[in-house]
Amino acid sequence: MVDASGSRRADVLVKGEVVAAVEPGLSGGGHGTVVLDAAGCIVAPGLVDLHAHLREPGAEEAETIETGARAAALGGYTAIVAMPNTQPATDSAAVVRQVLDLAKGACCDVRPAGAITVGREGRLLAPMAEMAALGVRIFTDDGNCVQDASVMRRALEYASGLGVVIADHCEEPALAGAGWMNEGELSSLLGLPGRPAVSEEIVVRRDLALARLTGARLHLLHLSCALAVAAVREARAEGVAVTAEVAPHHLVLTEEAVGSYDPVFKVNPPLRTASDLVALLAGLVDGTIDAIATDHAPHPLEAKQVAFSEAAPGMVGLETALGIALGELGLPAERVLALMSWQPAAIAGLAGFHGGPVAPGAPANLCVIDPSRRWKVVAAALASRSHNTPFAGRELTGKVRHTIFAGEPVVIAEEAQR
Amino acid sequence: MTPQHLLSVADLGPEGIDEVLRLADTFVEVGRRPIPRVPALRGKTVASAFFEDSTRTRLSFEAAAKRLSADVMTFTSSSSSLNKGESLRDTVLTLEAMGVDAFVIRHSCAGVPAQVAGWLESAGAASAAAGPGGAGGTGGTSGAGGAGGASAVTGPRGASVLNAGDGAHEHPTQALLDCFTISRERERRFGHSPARPAVLSGLRIAIVGDIRHSRVARSNVIAFSTLGASVTLVAPPTLLPPSLCGWPVEVSHDMDGVVAKSDVVYLLRLQSERMNEQFLPSLREYTATFGLTAERARLLGPSALVMHPGPVRRGIEIAAEVADSPCSVITTQVANGVAVRMAVLYLLLGSGAQVGA
Repeated sequence: MVDASGSRRADVLVKGEVVAAVEPGLSGGGHGTVVLDAAGCIVAPGLVDLHAHLREPGAEEAETIETGARAAALGGYTAIVAMPNTQPATDSAAVVRQVLDLAKGACCDVRPAGAITVGREGRLLAPMAEMAALGVRIFTDDGNCVQDASVMRRALEYASGLGVVIADHCEEPALAGAGWMNEGELSSLLGLPGRPAVSEEIVVRRDLALARLTGARLHLLHLSCALAVAAVREARAEGVAVTAEVAPHHLVLTEEAVGSYDPVFKVNPPLRTASDLVALLAGLVDGTIDAIATDHAPHPLEAKQVAFSEAAPGMVGLETALGIALGELGLPAERVLALMSWQPAAIAGLAGFHGGPVAPGAPANLCVIDPSRRWKVVAAALASRSHNTPFAGRELTGKVRHTIFAGEPVVIAEEAQR
Repeated sequence: MTPQHLLSVADLGPEGIDEVLRLADTFVEVGRRPIPRVPALRGKTVASAFFEDSTRTRLSFEAAAKRLSADVMTFTSSSSSLNKGESLRDTVLTLEAMGVDAFVIRHSCAGVPAQVAGWLESAGAASAAAGPGGAGGTGGTSGAGGAGGASAVTGPRGASVLNAGDGAHEHPTQALLDCFTISRERERRFGHSPARPAVLSGLRIAIVGDIRHSRVARSNVIAFSTLGASVTLVAPPTLLPPSLCGWPVEVSHDMDGVVAKSDVVYLLRLQSERMNEQFLPSLREYTATFGLTAERARLLGPSALVMHPGPVRRGIEIAAEVADSPCSVITTQVANGVAVRMAVLYLLLGSGAQVGA
């Protein structure tokens, strides 16, 4: 059993929605108790994803809250933050309520993030207090960068009064907007217009300066380049209240994948270079980056089987994130779980509900991980409604065997139960 | 071995390029006959699928296919089902279902010919696996030249894809016809026949203008350097690619100096929209700095050739009197285009039968 307080050998007894006992040699809970085999496995607090696009309302052909939550549970998540770039955008209490309603009965906790601005247009502040009253803790215009520095400043100031977090998609559209891949040697050869890493660095540095000015809590979404990691490291040393996440694909894939012109590898921010991978991993190791978040971005086949210019950016990740993080980063399991469970839980304001610790009386949101399970990613076998994974055919090591959400085994032996 | 597709001019290598050029010699001769037609590709079907307007290249390819006696299907996006919402992939697979041996693809986005080749191969692998006779196709005939697989052994290989220009990536047949034009025009004018296959050995070639957005420049850098020329790119830094790391080129911003010492000055077309995107202050300033004006043309050496892929904007990239002067081989390029495209089609589709007759 691994949680923030360390690791130990123990059995876990769940009664109702809470953990009843954690100790070695527990012998069942009486008649009717479901016993889940965890031999050779890690029992851990359920994973928490800060960054999932569930597409509902508005693009149910790509994903729904139900299918996205099922994919998440299969990936070990007991809570996911649903990005607000829906149609309509999650920029009002009404849409927040709709998402929360649709999430009832889902395989995991679905927490909507609210938009910072009305329609995610970057002009007028969305009613953050009304959404915060419904439990929204993260606000972002993700997919769009908040372009206007004044709007970003006011959003940070306003949010600080509500105790919520402003999260930014850091890419300056004037520099990145026309591009479809990382700008550099390879884009020059391929003839594809590029999104330079500095377009990310510029916004990261602006946002850090505004966070310093306002004292507000800032979260930086899907950092992809060495320049951004360096900026965050400096700001943390200064004491700026910033957290940051990185996506699995940015940790193990480089722009070389785009050489095939396969739009499955088109994503914003784009896949970068090998030296960026090294810097992002160093950021995970030294604590500059707090979380691994999927940026799960489902798109139907027809949105990807088109010219690279016209393809929708993004890739699914909920079902592969843990396998990538455990098997390919060379990090100890405790560190991976910190990055995927209790640290993101704290950022999302879910501490106490998700992310452990696993102790008597705590909510029973758990996952059971077989760290040595080898498996091959089969795109068509994914539970997500869309299959745009960049890892199709890849052999991963480490898979979730069981997931327990609110005391219920929603995944047993790698099979979803609802 | 001949590649199945021509996606990049690099697919051919020096020997492949030389083979195209030598075949093109034959087809130039064919073009001079009273009936400029050979039966080399009789029974083959060539589909020209142009998803971006280009009358010149399309007509050149179609003329080449017809002179080889191939049947030609024409698809242009303006008159197409794309306007009815059909996807690019469905369009290609629909044409293939009618029976196509080669697709000539033009698209405004880099990589589309490579994607089309992939779609055709996976569709071919799927139908081979599902086909009669229980051949048990292994599926995944992975890429050009994949020797294994039941379909490769028992049946003819799938349709070829010829890149007729994809975004800012490549335009291989333009580069081939440019190499042919330089090589043969120098032979014709100065009589010497350099050692092959490095037919451009020792030549100094300047490519001038909007390198950044140019597929012609990318293919020509590869082809010219493969054949032994040394290439200098001349452009303002805004019109160079973001990185030239690994490119076998030198860069200069001094048009006068480069013009004076080049054997070939190759001018690229400049699109007016570059001004709106802040790549350039004005056309006037571009012409003054990088245009081949009549005054600057006086710096050209006596044996220098001036080239342009067309369409030419007289007075912008090149002065009218320079375009019409003896050093200009711009119309020769167009004339050679048909023969070179015949050579490419023959190389990829021909059964190895004699060209003659």
